[in-house]
Amino acid sequence: MPEAAILNSGSHSLWPRRETLETALPFLALLVMLGIIFAVRPTVFSYFGLTLLFKLAIPLMFAALSQMLIINLGEIDLSNGAFVGLVTCIVAVYLEKAPGHAVLLLVGTVLVYVAVGWLISVRKLPSIVVTLGMSFVWLGCAIIILPAPGGHSPAWLIDAMRWKPPLMPLPLWTALGIAVIGHWALKSSSYGIVLRGAGANPKSVARAGWSLVKARLLLYAGAALLAVIAGLFLSGITTSGDPNVAPGYTMLGVGAVILGGGTFNGGVVSPIGTVVGALTLSLASSVLSFLQVAPVWQIGAQGLILFLVLAGRVLIGGRRL
Amino acid sequence: MHCTENMTRQSRGRSGTASLTRAALVLALAGAPLLAHAADGVATGDTSAKKIAFSNSYAGNSFRQVMVKSWQEVTAAAAKDHLIADATVVSANNSVTEQASQIQNMILQGYDAIVILAGSDTALNGVVKDACAAGITVVSFAGIVTEDCAYKVNYDWAAMGKIEVDFLAKKLNGKGNLLEIRGIAGDSTDADISNGIHAADKAWPDLKIVNTVYGQWTATVAQKEVAGVLPSLPKIDGIVTQGGDGYGAAMAFKASGRPLPLIIMGARQDELALWKSEHQANGYETISVSATPSVSQVAFWVAQQILAGKEVPKYVEVPLLQIDQSGLDAWLAKVPEGGAANPFYTRELVTQMIDANIHHTALPPIPAPK
Repeated sequence: MPEAAILNSGSHSLWPRRETLETALPFLALLVMLGIIFAVRPTVFSYFGLTLLFKLAIPLMFAALSQMLIINLGEIDLSNGAFVGLVTCIVAVYLEKAPGHAVLLLVGTVLVYVAVGWLISVRKLPSIVVTLGMSFVWLGCAIIILPAPGGHSPAWLIDAMRWKPPLMPLPLWTALGIAVIGHWALKSSSYGIVLRGAGANPKSVARAGWSLVKARLLLYAGAALLAVIAGLFLSGITTSGDPNVAPGYTMLGVGAVILGGGTFNGGVVSPIGTVVGALTLSLASSVLSFLQVAPVWQIGAQGLILFLVLAGRVLIGGRRL
Repeated sequence: MHCTENMTRQSRGRSGTASLTRAALVLALAGAPLLAHAADGVATGDTSAKKIAFSNSYAGNSFRQVMVKSWQEVTAAAAKDHLIADATVVSANNSVTEQASQIQNMILQGYDAIVILAGSDTALNGVVKDACAAGITVVSFAGIVTEDCAYKVNYDWAAMGKIEVDFLAKKLNGKGNLLEIRGIAGDSTDADISNGIHAADKAWPDLKIVNTVYGQWTATVAQKEVAGVLPSLPKIDGIVTQGGDGYGAAMAFKASGRPLPLIIMGARQDELALWKSEHQANGYETISVSATPSVSQVAFWVAQQILAGKEVPKYVEVPLLQIDQSGLDAWLAKVPEGGAANPFYTRELVTQMIDANIHHTALPPIPAPK
């Protein structure tokens, strides 16, 4: 008996449980990609190198977290990328010359975003259809504000994105910060259970006496706010605005959420996993160019990497997404 | 490294037999005739270990595809001559974030120079600044960036308008009616050329621009638009154009039975062929002024010369391709049907351009092919 017990416990420690593996997957994927890049060019492993490598992941992390809050409700937001593009235009055109104007416009877009979310939940509309429509509305508004890419972000914003904090590069501090805050808000705080329950099991949340409407509105407002931050930081990095700057964010965001351990069922998402997933996906194209993959193959190969990583999750998890 | 700098300085000071021999050798390889001139222009610092990358914002139309092909031809030739170690080209799909992240990767991959055709004149400034901070030479061309640390290689579009008007004024003795064919409304290049035309026309009070149409730099569109306004027009003596539209304009005039005015041609094969057949039939003489897709080669040599130690001004103006009657046959023989004249820029020619920009002298003309 003791022998069997030892063997048993031994096998347990050698083979971590499925859940542990699943949680570790985005980290593993990130480490593998970083490993390849460092092997090709060791000099990337420096303060400067890591800053450059992850700089454009900063806005993507916020966009992915925004998408995560919507997926948490069992829905999807196909307008995320267009919304971020609109924010960069508002920032580049108004924030420097007429800050009051810019803030009003941004608050206005957040209110519209929340109103659309409210409409989706009250009228039980399919979010895919409504948000797809909204993506064209956001794009149209952006083109009215800024017909051709340009404008200029305020100097303080550009400087903020070039800030070199001590110890770690800015993108890594940002990742750590929002992962911790996100984890606390959704996983540790007492109201976080209600927020997750609003997606996983709305009926029991309502029966327990919590306001479903309030929880949903909070999630939509949070998603809009995170998308605004993504647009703000993106225009700080590119120093300008562009209606078509971020169409890829919609799908990359969804990919990051799923890669990070989320499911489309609602209520099952991980802020830490999403942040790591966003970092991983932003590396996919870099890995390919470091490996000198011909440009014509890169787009397809990037999709293949995404597919492999997500397939890995399904294989380990052994359940539907 | 010190050796490199030494050699550069020596060759620029026209001393040191070794470097002179080397310069002569390289010149012989490149087939340049102007040894004496080039020896004080071309920097011959050792760039055989340098790597140059080209970030192109878009590769979805024929102009851009010829541009990328021209880049690949010139870099392959330069690598063969040991003037660079390696060159690459990456195209973004008109997405500024994609282009920005590609440039960031180029910085990390350790390229010595990055040549950029920017999708936006401001959105890449952040990453261009990063590249400069990493000690990388950044050269933007055609679609240039506004960041100060980057070198800019571009055409003077207003000058194109002046060349056209001056030619017509001379031919018509400063008197006549002009029709203007523009490109695409709202495009900045279109506005620059048109402004140049109108500014130059102010000097000739009797040379009147009587109407304007938008031909979208396309023969078929230009033909349709010109045909549409022709019945309402007085006698037209000359047509100022933006390239690609001359053939269509001529077809519209022929269809209406009007005499062919003096049309400024672009560099497309149909325009040059029409000009030649008209010249043979009735002595028709005009000029062709155009930008060329192989301007990517100019940007390449500018980057290579900076790496080789040459002092280059932050703004390098590229001469427009001008073809006159004497060069017409030579150019036409080289242009494939459906294509456009696309010169191969040598290091010597580009160095002459750089020197002309330094001394503010006339830009060297692009010689006709042999």
